[in-house]
Amino acid sequence: MLTIAFIFFGALAIGCAISLVAQRNPLYCAISLIGVFISLACIYVTLAAPFIAAVQVVVYAGAIMVLVVFVIMLLNVEAEERRPIKRGSLIAIGVILSTVLLAEAGFVIYYVGASPNELAASGNLSNVGLTGSIGIGLFTTYLLPFEITSVLLLMAIVGSMTLARRTLAPSEVKRQADNVDSLESTVNRSATLRSVPAKPTS
Amino acid sequence: MDWDNPLIFGGMKLLGASIAFVGVQVVVAYTVLAERRVLAFIQGRIGPNRVGFQGVLQPFADLLKFIFKEDIVPDKSTRFVYFLAPIVTVMAAFLPIAVYPFGPDITLPFIGTISLALTRFDVALLYVLGVTSVGVYGIALAGWSSNNKYSLMGGLRSSAQMISYELSLGLSLIGVVMQAGTLDLQEIVVQQSAYNGLGWYIFWAQPLGFLIYMISAIAETNRVPFDLPEAETELVAGFHTEYSAMKFALFFLAEYVNMFTVSMLATTLFLGGWNVPFLNLIVAPGTLLFGVLSALGFLVKVCGFLFFYIWLRGTLPRFRFDQLMNFGWKFLLPLAILNIIITATLAALGWV
Repeated sequence: MLTIAFIFFGALAIGCAISLVAQRNPLYCAISLIGVFISLACIYVTLAAPFIAAVQVVVYAGAIMVLVVFVIMLLNVEAEERRPIKRGSLIAIGVILSTVLLAEAGFVIYYVGASPNELAASGNLSNVGLTGSIGIGLFTTYLLPFEITSVLLLMAIVGSMTLARRTLAPSEVKRQADNVDSLESTVNRSATLRSVPAKPTS
Repeated sequence: MDWDNPLIFGGMKLLGASIAFVGVQVVVAYTVLAERRVLAFIQGRIGPNRVGFQGVLQPFADLLKFIFKEDIVPDKSTRFVYFLAPIVTVMAAFLPIAVYPFGPDITLPFIGTISLALTRFDVALLYVLGVTSVGVYGIALAGWSSNNKYSLMGGLRSSAQMISYELSLGLSLIGVVMQAGTLDLQEIVVQQSAYNGLGWYIFWAQPLGFLIYMISAIAETNRVPFDLPEAETELVAGFHTEYSAMKFALFFLAEYVNMFTVSMLATTLFLGGWNVPFLNLIVAPGTLLFGVLSALGFLVKVCGFLFFYIWLRGTLPRFRFDQLMNFGWKFLLPLAILNIIITATLAALGWV
């Protein structure tokens, strides 16, 4: 039963991933990526890690991808679609990166197969993926990495705020105002968009 | 009964799921009728009372009308996404039903112990939040794929609104989670059965959390006074302007099922779920009668919430968009964080 579920969701994830790379329309790419996230979450459930599955859906499918879809909907999708893709050097980079990825996956499979797993040996696998054990791990053993990650996220937020609200030269203020105007006219000066662009200071 | 037999297990789960889903749809159908009648009462009208006695067959007449209407697909729409959007919306609305505890565990002769919840899940609360958050896509994609500026604006408004209020909604639940120490909904309800079924978290340290949850939940379901995504005076009908016949009916259904699930979550977390006060003194816990009465109590509480929704729609005007955003980010979110701090302080002092 678990094998059937794994094969089904694995095939779904791979299919969505292929569709993600192959689609030209950015919105279809985003939808495919959501499909990948949800199938991965289902695989986590079959691996007895429900907390990770739920967080995967809440954070990636529910929050980050909503913002991505939001941005794609606001930008002009047609223009992105028609831009020709420069191949050549990209193919070489792609081949190198995929080789690295395959080697990594092979190494992990070999390592897991060759070395005895401490957890499996102790026979205490039943509550590894549960909320309580993850919380205890995060707030005791791994407290420092956890806190450092949150500071990192805070830095990212402050950085984006600084970039968005930086003081502009008068000509740039004019240009940004023009951009805002064209953006607004695309959706007919909606009340939504009037609150979105940050007012340039000064 | 042999629960280890996969056929029996699967069959019972299928039966339970069918009962739960059909039951929810019947309640939802009558919520639509109740909304029309109660609104009419508030506004001094009569409302639909012609189909059947006092209009009890009106939901079925509406359904037949939706089925037989012509299904119009806009010419310039993005076809695949246009069809995908109502499916996503309805799925996200219905999936949370799987984890709600409708009643306590009951013991029956010959059959054994039966749980009146479809399934118990270690992270049921997170599952509900995750599935609900996926529901945003239905509305956003519907607005985008219709190729209509009013629909697009409705979709954008809706995404912005749901992302903003999801934060305070999630944070308002953390107080309850801290107090209960678990994310399992059935376990949370069982913990509220103290004091003869009056250990409801709304009375014990979480009234502020309940208030924040209710406000954010109304915003999440796009209901009055937060119905900006479908503000008919500004946007025709918002994201579902271009949808007709059964596809429109699916959006309509999803909105009401969302109201229902949100009310079930409020009942489960704050109003003691299936706990009926002092019922354990009259009927022995664990019997069939106890289970049925508890489930009825749950239904009554949820219907109270649904009535509250309709009442709000009859009495309140709509927010302006900037008011909505300011209220969500500058008032509700800090308040939710304050609630967490209060609960954490109480927990540290050992009072809850």
